[in-house]
Amino acid sequence: MNLHEYQSKEIFREYGLPVPEFKVSTKATGIGKAAYELSPGPFVCKCQVHSGARGKAGGVAKVDTPAQAEAFAAKWLGMRLVTRQSGPLGKPVSRILIERATSIARELYLSATVDRQSARLTVIASESGGMSIEELACEHPEQILRSVIDPLVGPQPYQGRELAYKLGLQGRQVQEFARIFMGITRMFLEKDLSLVEINPLAVDTEGHLQCLDAKINVDPYSLFRHPEFAELDDTSQEDPRVVRAVAAGFSYVPLEGSIGCLVNGAGLAMGTMDIIKNMGGEPANFLDVGGTANTERVREAFKIILEDPHVKCIMVNIFGGIVRCDMIAEGIKGAVSEIRSSVPVVVRLEGNKAQEGERILNECGLNIQSARDLRQAAALAVQAAAR
Amino acid sequence: MSIIVDASTGVICQGITGSQGTAHCAQMLEYGTRLLGGVTPGKGGQTHLGLPVFNTVKEAVAATSATVSMIMVPPPFAADSILEGIDAGLETIVCITEGIPVLDMLKVKARLQQSHTILIGPNCPGILTPGGCKIGIMPAAIFSKGCVGIVSRSGTLTYEAVKETTDSGFGQSTCVGIGGDPVQGVSFVDILERFEQDPQTEVVVLVGEIGGSAEQQAALYIKEHMHKKVVAYIAGASAPAGQRMGHAGAIISGGDATAEAKKKALREAGVVVVDTAADIAEGVKTALER
Repeated sequence: MNLHEYQSKEIFREYGLPVPEFKVSTKATGIGKAAYELSPGPFVCKCQVHSGARGKAGGVAKVDTPAQAEAFAAKWLGMRLVTRQSGPLGKPVSRILIERATSIARELYLSATVDRQSARLTVIASESGGMSIEELACEHPEQILRSVIDPLVGPQPYQGRELAYKLGLQGRQVQEFARIFMGITRMFLEKDLSLVEINPLAVDTEGHLQCLDAKINVDPYSLFRHPEFAELDDTSQEDPRVVRAVAAGFSYVPLEGSIGCLVNGAGLAMGTMDIIKNMGGEPANFLDVGGTANTERVREAFKIILEDPHVKCIMVNIFGGIVRCDMIAEGIKGAVSEIRSSVPVVVRLEGNKAQEGERILNECGLNIQSARDLRQAAALAVQAAAR
Repeated sequence: MSIIVDASTGVICQGITGSQGTAHCAQMLEYGTRLLGGVTPGKGGQTHLGLPVFNTVKEAVAATSATVSMIMVPPPFAADSILEGIDAGLETIVCITEGIPVLDMLKVKARLQQSHTILIGPNCPGILTPGGCKIGIMPAAIFSKGCVGIVSRSGTLTYEAVKETTDSGFGQSTCVGIGGDPVQGVSFVDILERFEQDPQTEVVVLVGEIGGSAEQQAALYIKEHMHKKVVAYIAGASAPAGQRMGHAGAIISGGDATAEAKKKALREAGVVVVDTAADIAEGVKTALER
């Protein structure tokens, strides 16, 4: 789960991290008024969307007067910001953040995340702030500094000081940095995050550290013990089909192709996309219905897949295992006849009572073809989509 | 022979009285697994599925001499259950639970490194040695005893590999699902080491997926230490970057995480890499003929 910059900065404040004074509004007049309150300028106005690379897309601007701030907000509110990372449709802008511009002497990079290989919380820092860490890892891997947190001991201030000296910070900046280091690691552990990123972490012309940007991702598996995040979830930033799928308990990722996929299991769902592509077709989505593929779930999954107008065929791939395939077949039959879609459906059922399932589908009189195995199913689906 | 578990392995289940625990324990008993008891705090002294239920893992281990525990408890309590199992000195813990917070797993991982216990999972289908022992949720009917060792990060894709090797007549020595989470117990390398030592296993099928760099580490191990043939399928060649594909671990976030990078590393280590799950049996044939 992703948070907006303004939400992240509010959490930063809670943890005592230095953040420029900011205000947020959903209205252009609100941004004009906020600029007066923050005066004198210049100000930085930033579109609040779940995407990086906002600056290059025009979603961040430095302005001098409240009128200019209001004009920036009027231009963006209600529009969609398309960035390198947002996908072609972009993300809706419904809030603008405004803060007093910081005069920057140096830009650093600082983040905390779990390194899966060592299974440790790891803090990453670099003297090259402002650019993305992925670019930096490719171009200047030697400039990336790491500090590893022992899960049984926790973060220690000396680790922050070590990084600060390596970054070339001096005097009171070392203490300021160590406090930020302790703040983001404590926040990470207390709030169950999967990422905290400050890029850039600026040294201003007075020599103080300032968190100019703030990005927080929350571990979705931990939400059961963090009810405070429920109200921070801005589902307008997601594809509405993804929101529906999540509500139904599916994993769903929309793609660009013409063959809708309905599969049980994440690995098999990827495997299904792979074989479709391997046989010359293009998958329209990734969809994992999860362990219980009953009638209601299959019906809801069909509806979500069919909302995509590019879908010309649906391929159902269920490895039943313990689940009975004849029951799944009844579910598919019920779903297709209820939705009354004319889109051809190819079904591969494997496991317990697969033959009975196949018979039910062959005899149901709907536009459903059953396939014997994965390869045949993919071939039939690619054929049907090409028609 | 087989790896980790066989017909003599004594097993308990943490969470045996829950609906999932009950359903799958019944199937394990039907398969012939030596399931000796279960643990549910507060239900100690009861009998469930004809087996004794204990309040703590230590009591269960003392009474049954089980060496392996299967965990089927909900995510908020799963890390606690794993830590209890480690503390009771179990040899192997198989954790089926999906959705354990990553920070809980960091603590578990640190404790594992101080102990002799190995953890399979979490978020995995378990481990099965055909004709001997089934621990977890894999559908037993598709297995047959044979020469292929299977290790996989995915659940249902594991079944695909099992079915491929059963239908083509090779069968399996042992099949291990290591799970789809970013922080997990045993790795590909841990399982490959065991298959390399196991006389029954002639060839290994490795089913990987996008995300992380576990497949590259496997490639390095295979290149330097393995004499047996390995066949690999990496799921997610068609997945877009930056999107989480169902599994928490399956997200392309760096150069190493793509299917292409993983396939390349494995090919360079002499592994037979196949492009789809439907080519696994062909891959096994090719590997055995080489």
